[in-house]
Amino acid sequence: MNHMYLAGNCFLFLSHSLFVYSQQKELMSKKRDEFEDILEERRVSSDLRYAMKCYAPVIYKGLSPCKPNAIKSAVLQSEQVQYVIKQLAKETGESPDIIQEEAMEILDEMGHSMQLGAVRFFAFTLSKIFKRLFQRVCVNEEGMQRLQQAIQEHPVVLLPSHRSYIDFLMLSYLLYTYDLALPVIAAGIDFLGMKIVGELLRRAGAFFMRRSFGGNRLYWAVFAEYVKTMLRNGYAPIEFFLEGTRSRTAKTLTPKFGLLSIVMEPFFKREVFDTYLVPISISYERILEESLYAYELLGVPKPKESTSGLLKARRILSDNFGTIHIYVGQPVSLRTLASGRINRCPYNLVPRHLPQKPSDDIQEFVSDVAYKMELLQIENMVLRPWVLVAAVLLQNLPAVDFELLIEKTLWLKGLTQTFGGFIEWPDNLCAKKAITSGLALHSNIARLVDGHVVLNDKGAEDGAVGEIIFKRALAVLMCGTYRNQLLNVFVRPSLVVVALQMTRSFRKEEVYSCFSFLRDVFSDEFIFFPGISLKDFEEGCFLLTKCGAIQTTQQEIYPTDKGSVVISFLSAMFRPFMEGYQLIFRYLSKEAKETFTEKQFISGVRNFVFQLLEKGNTQCYEALSSDIQKNALAALVQLGAVKKKKIPCVDLLEIVNDSRIPVQKPVAARL
Amino acid sequence: MAAPAEEAAGSGPGSPSSARRRLSIISGHLRGSPWAPGREGPSPSPCKARGAPAGPASGSIPKKRQELLKWNGWGYNDSKFIFNKKGQAEFTGRRYRLGGMVLPTFKEWIEKTFGASLEHKSTSRASLNVNDVPPSIISEEFLQDLIATKISYSQDAEDRVFRAHGHCLHEIFALREGIFRRIPDIVVWPVCHEDVVKIVELACKHSLCIIPFGGGTSVSSALECPEEEKRTIVSLDTSQMNRILWIDEKNLTACVEAGIVGQDLEKQLAESGFCTGHEPDSMEFSSLGGWVATRASGMKKNIYGNIEDLVIHIKMVTPRGIVEKNCQVPRMSTGPDIHHFIMGSEGTLGVVTEVTVKIRPVPEYQKYGSVVFPNFERGVACLREVAKQRCAPASIRLVDNAQFQFGHALKPQVASIFTSFLDGLKKFYITKFKGFDPNILCVATLLFEGDREKVLQHEKQVYDIATKFGGLAAGEDNGQRGYMLTFVIAYLRDLGLDYYVIGESFETSVPWDRVLDLCRNVKERIVRECKEKGVQFAPFSTCRVTQTYDAGACVYFYFAFNYRGISDPIHVYEQIERAAREEILANGGSLSHHHGGNFSPFLPDLQGKCL
Repeated sequence: MNHMYLAGNCFLFLSHSLFVYSQQKELMSKKRDEFEDILEERRVSSDLRYAMKCYAPVIYKGLSPCKPNAIKSAVLQSEQVQYVIKQLAKETGESPDIIQEEAMEILDEMGHSMQLGAVRFFAFTLSKIFKRLFQRVCVNEEGMQRLQQAIQEHPVVLLPSHRSYIDFLMLSYLLYTYDLALPVIAAGIDFLGMKIVGELLRRAGAFFMRRSFGGNRLYWAVFAEYVKTMLRNGYAPIEFFLEGTRSRTAKTLTPKFGLLSIVMEPFFKREVFDTYLVPISISYERILEESLYAYELLGVPKPKESTSGLLKARRILSDNFGTIHIYVGQPVSLRTLASGRINRCPYNLVPRHLPQKPSDDIQEFVSDVAYKMELLQIENMVLRPWVLVAAVLLQNLPAVDFELLIEKTLWLKGLTQTFGGFIEWPDNLCAKKAITSGLALHSNIARLVDGHVVLNDKGAEDGAVGEIIFKRALAVLMCGTYRNQLLNVFVRPSLVVVALQMTRSFRKEEVYSCFSFLRDVFSDEFIFFPGISLKDFEEGCFLLTKCGAIQTTQQEIYPTDKGSVVISFLSAMFRPFMEGYQLIFRYLSKEAKETFTEKQFISGVRNFVFQLLEKGNTQCYEALSSDIQKNALAALVQLGAVKKKKIPCVDLLEIVNDSRIPVQKPVAARL
Repeated sequence: MAAPAEEAAGSGPGSPSSARRRLSIISGHLRGSPWAPGREGPSPSPCKARGAPAGPASGSIPKKRQELLKWNGWGYNDSKFIFNKKGQAEFTGRRYRLGGMVLPTFKEWIEKTFGASLEHKSTSRASLNVNDVPPSIISEEFLQDLIATKISYSQDAEDRVFRAHGHCLHEIFALREGIFRRIPDIVVWPVCHEDVVKIVELACKHSLCIIPFGGGTSVSSALECPEEEKRTIVSLDTSQMNRILWIDEKNLTACVEAGIVGQDLEKQLAESGFCTGHEPDSMEFSSLGGWVATRASGMKKNIYGNIEDLVIHIKMVTPRGIVEKNCQVPRMSTGPDIHHFIMGSEGTLGVVTEVTVKIRPVPEYQKYGSVVFPNFERGVACLREVAKQRCAPASIRLVDNAQFQFGHALKPQVASIFTSFLDGLKKFYITKFKGFDPNILCVATLLFEGDREKVLQHEKQVYDIATKFGGLAAGEDNGQRGYMLTFVIAYLRDLGLDYYVIGESFETSVPWDRVLDLCRNVKERIVRECKEKGVQFAPFSTCRVTQTYDAGACVYFYFAFNYRGISDPIHVYEQIERAAREEILANGGSLSHHHGGNFSPFLPDLQGKCL
């Protein structure tokens, strides 16, 4: 009794803070900037002149200009790298000179060699290419102005979302256009496999990191020092992708912390006064790699980056990829973020050049910052009408009446805006025109047949059963890529709805504990700021109340009568994930061996789901996606239901016997 | 009866033997005298200075401090910066080299740096309004006991206000604009150790509190009376305990009463051919006891050491008796050194009455010098190398560009066309020929001391190092002016206060590898905080490296801003200073190298949570 009383009190307190939160939220949605099309100018004036224009970018005020090679030798001579070299020499008995040479090789492999000539070459060719690929490239100019200011004040780290290879090309192109210092970009080493192109990228400012180098201390030291040296000198803005890789699903991936903690360290050690982190949201009306991604998710391996592959891909130049929106967010001062968070002076008692494992405090802080930046990316991600269409279409397969689709899309537009989604409706077109043009652009995904819109699964009518399923899955996943762009905006209210349906109770506490459980289960699927489950719940409830779907009292939550449409829509929107996870859990508890590798797991699940689809026992095509499979596994590891064992070369995974999820057994059972 | 004692107090002992002779005469006088050591009869070690009259000053600073010193600002009444009828800055008085000189470019510098205008003046109250001063609350019994001791005292409002503060910004501001809520109820002037013992005994008996007062130059709020203090507050002014008791030439030590101020100590030791070499910037006014209580550091510590290196013996009167060592030896290893809890206790544990310090023969030769560096980074690198080679001159200081320009603005009108031509030539050489940017370059000032030959040798060694770091010798004059400025700079704050500019200094010690980062970040933090707090003009935020050690350096910051348009400038100032100190901590610096102070809000972060 006592406990419940306390909980009730707690919610009383919450409803108050809810109010404050909602006010902030509304303020935020009003403050977005206007867009400007940068290709417009390119279509009317000479690309050559543009490429040869006088480029005198604004730079960091404390910059001491130096050549790329000077940076490399500074890194090599740095106390940090020299220390590790000496350590390694002592441990291995190898001569320091040889290790130093090794470090030099690493640097040569890694280092960029930015040259204005290469930049101008890219400026010219990218102008040509972008004009053919895209209708418009829209940028918020105010964001660019803020960035220009920031670049002069403190070292800047650019953190764009990652959906396509176009991302970093586009961003450099943009900075060149606006006469800002060009960034140096952390790129995957695989690009170096591409003849000529790899070197060209290097000259345009890319530096290359190996995909995994956890164990290699020399590599880590050289790499970290290389990045930090450039940051400390304010040499150029440093650009990398928090998500680590292109999101194949257009859904933001959970952040990687390695590079972020490297760029934050100079501030922690007070080698710089401050560092600006700039979240950048790049949204594509149509993603260049959409079909490649779908194949990849279904287990067809990603083609290796190669120049010939690139040349083969040039046929896409004749295709139309619509509009790109780039929203450069408000630069976030790392110093402001850290104020009050990092009180003690953790770096005062050890010389600053010694490699030091960051304290728990700092690790937690880095993780919080990473999530915060991703949430800022999500907030400013532009949503096009087609995203709404895809979401409606996926709930109405196999076909939906065109008029109904228009009506539902418009309804969803309102709901999305209520939830704070950033919708850019093209040129104030009427709904019908906007949707028709979306259909035209995405004719490879859906088409209009006899007044009905259907998924474009050409070739699925005939052929073997397996092939039909594969083709359908491709179409669903491709369509899903667009619906996915809504998910992080919708996830909080939707999980409240799902929790409400699952608990079959109106008691706030019960709904909350179920919500909290779902949030844990989906912690790798969607982006949640760590540790604020209650706040997320409040936000979900608030948004649902705002759109009239629920009513809340101090103790209880009721769905309203008119809310049923919203509630059923939201729960259907997330059904593929609920069902997908259920299938995966079923596979693990029934089919899987006690220990397995991730690879075995993925092919196991894929076969399992494939068979169910063949038998018609499920319609959940999305469970075939390796993305969902990996996320579910990661969540299980985090929840302690599956254990990861490190064995040289492979990670073995083991199902923990009697693995009860400690928090909510009943809920787990119902899943 | 009083004559011999007066002589002793007035001129100081000429030699140890004469002092001893005088001692025996004095004790002869005292024995059986009607007032001498209280009612209990003669004390075993009777006071040697009893009877020194209150009238003529025995040291440089009189009992009535207000007769010589400003009541609401720094230093001597006759010395201050003013703007003359032509609107040019001028320094009055004849005490300093700068005295009576016109500073032609200073006005422009002030206007440019602070956005201050001579038309906007904020004048201080002209004099202390005695009616505003909190009344003196004292029990009759205590007063009777005190009178019985014959120790000089005063309940005069001016005397009490003068001892209610040090020289923190907020204290001076309070004097100019209002008054303190709580001040001492009574001022007492003991003339010797025994007097202090009696006062402390009385304080225990009547449950009073004592705040020891030396030179009154504290910048750590140590003289501030707690507002909520209900007991009688006694300000124990040590200024009349200012004699050198003896000089031991064999061991090169001198025993000195704690109230002596720096300039008197050096003057009197010089008469015997000695010096302590301890020269904090406040040495004209600060006292030996104060140095001990605050762990002071002197400009020439490279030769003579800081106070902890100089002190051989301390006598301190505490409520539970006298604390002192039983011998005067260079080092001991019997448990923790009691000197180290006395030094830095800032009067909270007891009253320091007598100190034995090391002395040295007055150096044969002194030479100033200066070096210009292309930038601050090179300058710091040079100082680091000098410290590494352990060849630092008596003093070596590096000022940043802003302070270099500041010093430049304080250059007096040149006497002849020739000097002005020479200056022009020098400037041309450095900026045009050598390519130094006048807005980036920085200057190190040097002071060498010792045998003439060794000084010249030493000088060459230091200049050779400087050359390696791109430094150019810039003459003795610049060096000397640099050091002179540190004495007059305290006067500048009073001028600033007249024109809505408030400022203060604070300092830190920091490992070598963090010096540059700390300097840059603290200055930037100040600028940023000012902006955030609504300060309309960019602040003056500058630093210098003032001491070098094996493992690090001492950095001194000046920070001032124009506060027009801000309703509570002192509060804003304190917030910004606090932020600057936080920044120092985050950069691996200490809260203080030599100012001392009570930093209780910071303590958990400073010493670990167990304390």
